[in-house]
Amino acid sequence: MSDELSSSHAGGQLKAPDFDTQGIDDVLMAGDKSKGGRPYFLEDPSVERVMNITMAVATELAVVRERLDTLERLLERQGLLSRADMEAFVPTEAQAAERQGWHARYAARILRIVQQEIQAVAEPENNRDMHQIADDINAM
Amino acid sequence: MSYPLPPDYTRLRKHAVSPDFDHDERARYNFLANLNRYIATAIAPGNKLAYDLRVAPAYEAEHGRPIKDRHEVKEAISRDPIYQTWAALRRSTMEMRQQNGRAVVLRQARELAQKAHEINQKHDRLQIKSEFKVPPYLRHVDNHLMPGSYHTSLFEGDVANAANYDSGIFVTTAGMLGTLTDGGGKAIAAWVKETYPDFKPSRILDIGCGLGHNTLPIAAMYPEAEVIAIDAGEPMLRYGAARAEDLGVHNVTFVQADAEDLSAFASGSFDWVQTTMFLHETGGKAIHRIFKEIGRVTAEGGLNLHIEQPQYTPEMSCYEQFMRDWDAYYNAEPYWGHMHDLQPESLMAEAGVPNAQFMQVGVRAVNDLDPVKQDRKVAEDFGRTPVWNVFGGWKKQ
Repeated sequence: MSDELSSSHAGGQLKAPDFDTQGIDDVLMAGDKSKGGRPYFLEDPSVERVMNITMAVATELAVVRERLDTLERLLERQGLLSRADMEAFVPTEAQAAERQGWHARYAARILRIVQQEIQAVAEPENNRDMHQIADDINAM
Repeated sequence: MSYPLPPDYTRLRKHAVSPDFDHDERARYNFLANLNRYIATAIAPGNKLAYDLRVAPAYEAEHGRPIKDRHEVKEAISRDPIYQTWAALRRSTMEMRQQNGRAVVLRQARELAQKAHEINQKHDRLQIKSEFKVPPYLRHVDNHLMPGSYHTSLFEGDVANAANYDSGIFVTTAGMLGTLTDGGGKAIAAWVKETYPDFKPSRILDIGCGLGHNTLPIAAMYPEAEVIAIDAGEPMLRYGAARAEDLGVHNVTFVQADAEDLSAFASGSFDWVQTTMFLHETGGKAIHRIFKEIGRVTAEGGLNLHIEQPQYTPEMSCYEQFMRDWDAYYNAEPYWGHMHDLQPESLMAEAGVPNAQFMQVGVRAVNDLDPVKQDRKVAEDFGRTPVWNVFGGWKKQ
């Protein structure tokens, strides 16, 4: 035992504790709930849930924007890019079509649920409850 | 641009136990600080508008009398959509600040603990008690929505919560407490030095020091003094002692102790006893035992100073009381409201400071991050704006 002890002393210093962080799941534990019931302020808690998710996504967009800004400034510092050129950039017809297409698809992805809710009203025959459909299929 | 932008997170001064932030982690803090500033600047004023224009009039119409206290304000304004949106956003930013801060420190918990340990091996100004009992008022709540609060160690030697707390104040106050988030301590140290130039304290006790943000400026202002900084939170003390060592402040000893039991210290052994934003995080019975102990350890002719948010007085509108109360319920500082109902004069009397010696002043944080603009008007963010009430007095000689 005394050998073990002395071997754990490096240069006369006590060995550092064995900081055991095995049990720390930083992905899940970062989001641990604090003690006490969570207050909901909006009339409908489900709306507040969506607000919280949306604000977190908004934060990540800000993070990407800041990262892009860092990238532009580093490239400019290295003479690989001019931010003035970027601001004055005019796309060709083909480039413009490609970019506008991206914007259109992006908008459609974000607002998919609204589009589908409208479709549900427009096509009631394709909007029957899945329990009914299950019963129908069971008879097929 | 007249809009008061918060500083960039990179402007904070780093020390040896500061958690490392990568690019995107810094960007998250920058955005959340901005979000807090925006909510305080653009959305919070809507609460007062809604209250004056429709909440209070509707209450009066319904009840035949005006709103009479902050509890009725709460009941009435909670149905208003502007308030609901503001409150939901404020809660959301606080939760995001905690999640993002925890994500930073948990991924490097081991390295942070090792750094603190290495530094603390080199000095003897840290005293952790092996059988320490955390006061029940701390165990019942995660202050500021920080899971585990000040006292929880996830493993032996853990300092993660202290590192999270240290970094995150930047977000909550949108950078208004300076490069080391020590604007409160700097303000009180400067005020004492200026107001009492002949005061030469030899022993100072800082109760509820946390990681020593506000202790170090006092210790630095009085380098001849022996400063004892006590707290219940082990991670805070470990981190605080290492931080102080690295910042070159060597006259502070960080001691784990319960403020209700200062039996480790002799009667009359301190000529300055300080608390900074601590009392509202105690409990309704504990606070009286704490003041009794403060009275006992303060030397005859010694100074007591306590930095708090303003007390709720009859002169303060019940709307303002409610807004100041918000953090009590929704930012997990539940004793805040009750504490600010107490009369500071009577607390000081319990500590042996007679009413004739009682004093109360307002102090604004010294913000070295933005010295030019610090006087610029930033919207009142109740409970978060770094303007405090200081009460205390000289123990009767």
